[in-house]
Amino acid sequence: MSFAPAPKPKPTSTLQPYPDAVRSSLSAAMCLQNFASQVVERHNKPEVEVRGDEELLMNPVVVSRSDKESVLIEGSVNALRVSIQIKQADMIEEILCKKFMGFMMMRAENFVVLRRKPVPGYDVSFLITNFHTEQMYKHKLVDFVIQFMTDIDKEISDMKLTVNARARICAESFLSQF
Amino acid sequence: MATEFQLMKNPVLPLFTHAWNKDKTQVCVSPGDNKAHIYSFDGKNYKLEHTLEDHTATITGIDWSAESNDIVTCGHDRNAYVYCWKKNDAGVEVWDPKLVILRINRAATCVKWSPNGKKFAVGSGARVISVCYFEEDNDWWVSKHIKRPIRSTILSIDWHPNNYLLAAGSADFKCRIFSAAVKGVDEKNKETEWGARKKFGEVVQEFSTSTAGGWVHAVSFSQDGTKVAFAAHDSCVYVVDATDNLKMHRLPCKALPYRTIEWVSATEFVAAGFDYVPALFSFTGALQYIGELDTRQEKETKSTFRALDKFRNLDSKGTTEGSALKTKVNTTHQNCIADLQIFAGEKGNVAKFTTVGSDGKIVVWDLAAAKRSMPSSAA
Repeated sequence: MSFAPAPKPKPTSTLQPYPDAVRSSLSAAMCLQNFASQVVERHNKPEVEVRGDEELLMNPVVVSRSDKESVLIEGSVNALRVSIQIKQADMIEEILCKKFMGFMMMRAENFVVLRRKPVPGYDVSFLITNFHTEQMYKHKLVDFVIQFMTDIDKEISDMKLTVNARARICAESFLSQF
Repeated sequence: MATEFQLMKNPVLPLFTHAWNKDKTQVCVSPGDNKAHIYSFDGKNYKLEHTLEDHTATITGIDWSAESNDIVTCGHDRNAYVYCWKKNDAGVEVWDPKLVILRINRAATCVKWSPNGKKFAVGSGARVISVCYFEEDNDWWVSKHIKRPIRSTILSIDWHPNNYLLAAGSADFKCRIFSAAVKGVDEKNKETEWGARKKFGEVVQEFSTSTAGGWVHAVSFSQDGTKVAFAAHDSCVYVVDATDNLKMHRLPCKALPYRTIEWVSATEFVAAGFDYVPALFSFTGALQYIGELDTRQEKETKSTFRALDKFRNLDSKGTTEGSALKTKVNTTHQNCIADLQIFAGEKGNVAKFTTVGSDGKIVVWDLAAAKRSMPSSAA
């Protein structure tokens, strides 16, 4: 992890330890290599999905900020699964999160590392294989996941504000008729 | 100190393994597909000379024998090929392939010639090591299997200088030393410092990684064969000393796991891997971390500010922030190192070595110069 220096402290420094912990766990888990299946002949599948051999899987790690916000990192010899549970404080956030993630996951192939279905109990999952780490800079892949995590929170709270504001205007114009 | 060459470019392809010929004028590499390329190297430039296209799937191992000048390759297509440089029917000298029947039903992962060049060992996902030798009568390579007690894929192999002991690291968290003496090829095997005389395929010694466990990525015998060093995925390096009652020394490292290991002198070895930089260790009765061989110097980049760049970045990357635009890492290799080979000197007395990695680079490291520029605080 020594090559992935922690970014400069941001204004919201109270929240910083969480992405930092995810960053170092991800960098350590992202040590992947090409590995052909030892169960099925002529196959090369992400072991974390196939789960054919116990010895090729790592112990999963959960990094959580609260019981509503956590990241699950499951490692294996040639692939890594990152699942994010996004903070949902009320029902509006729940709906927004569900719709937004559904929108993203329908277009998963455009995100390269996004998984089409999240792992049960989580809102969105990424599947990073050795072929991704060979093609892309590893620290940038880690950055992408962290950025995604932090931006999605911002995006959802922004949308919630907009929805609330719009609801208020609608209600006002509706009630002004009486 | 380190001279780098971007061997694979447009597109950048990962290099998993490489092998030099005896006088280090040619190198055989595979860019993670079914082709192996032979480049000639004059100290400054690489030139593509030959392409070997016999495999049908990813090539995982290449070794070039200094004794016989034969190249052996193995791959995910469960085959191995031995290439001899000889005249074909038209009288032109070519690399002539010979298929080796490994009798395995999973991918081959690594291959290594014995020091005398008479046989080679292929590790595989079939939980088997095939030891192959040439049978003059039938004019083909015959393989014998080492099966027990391997429980998972073999990730690394290395030969003892006496040509009949074989060390293998596997994904079942163990490093084992096998007897691989073949009747008729080797002279009668004797008792060694590693234990009593054993038949072909029997385990001479077995070493486990720490309780947490880790896939044994790399294994290497010292040049006199009395010590074996191996690196595992638990970020530890291990050395077993046969002259000291087979005592195992373990050193946990701060860096990410190492994927390749090689003895550079009688008491020192280099390991490299997921941390992008080679690290130097010493073993003199106790295992010690000496330091990194890469100075991690920030590369000078053009700092001329251009308005066009600013808007281009805003358009393509959505930011003009410096840190987000900086993609390069401050190490010579830009991705994990997959393989390390000796470039000048021989095992146990190395002056220069080369590494290849997923960034498609081949880097020549001058050991003496790298040691001089090593930060003293690291020791």
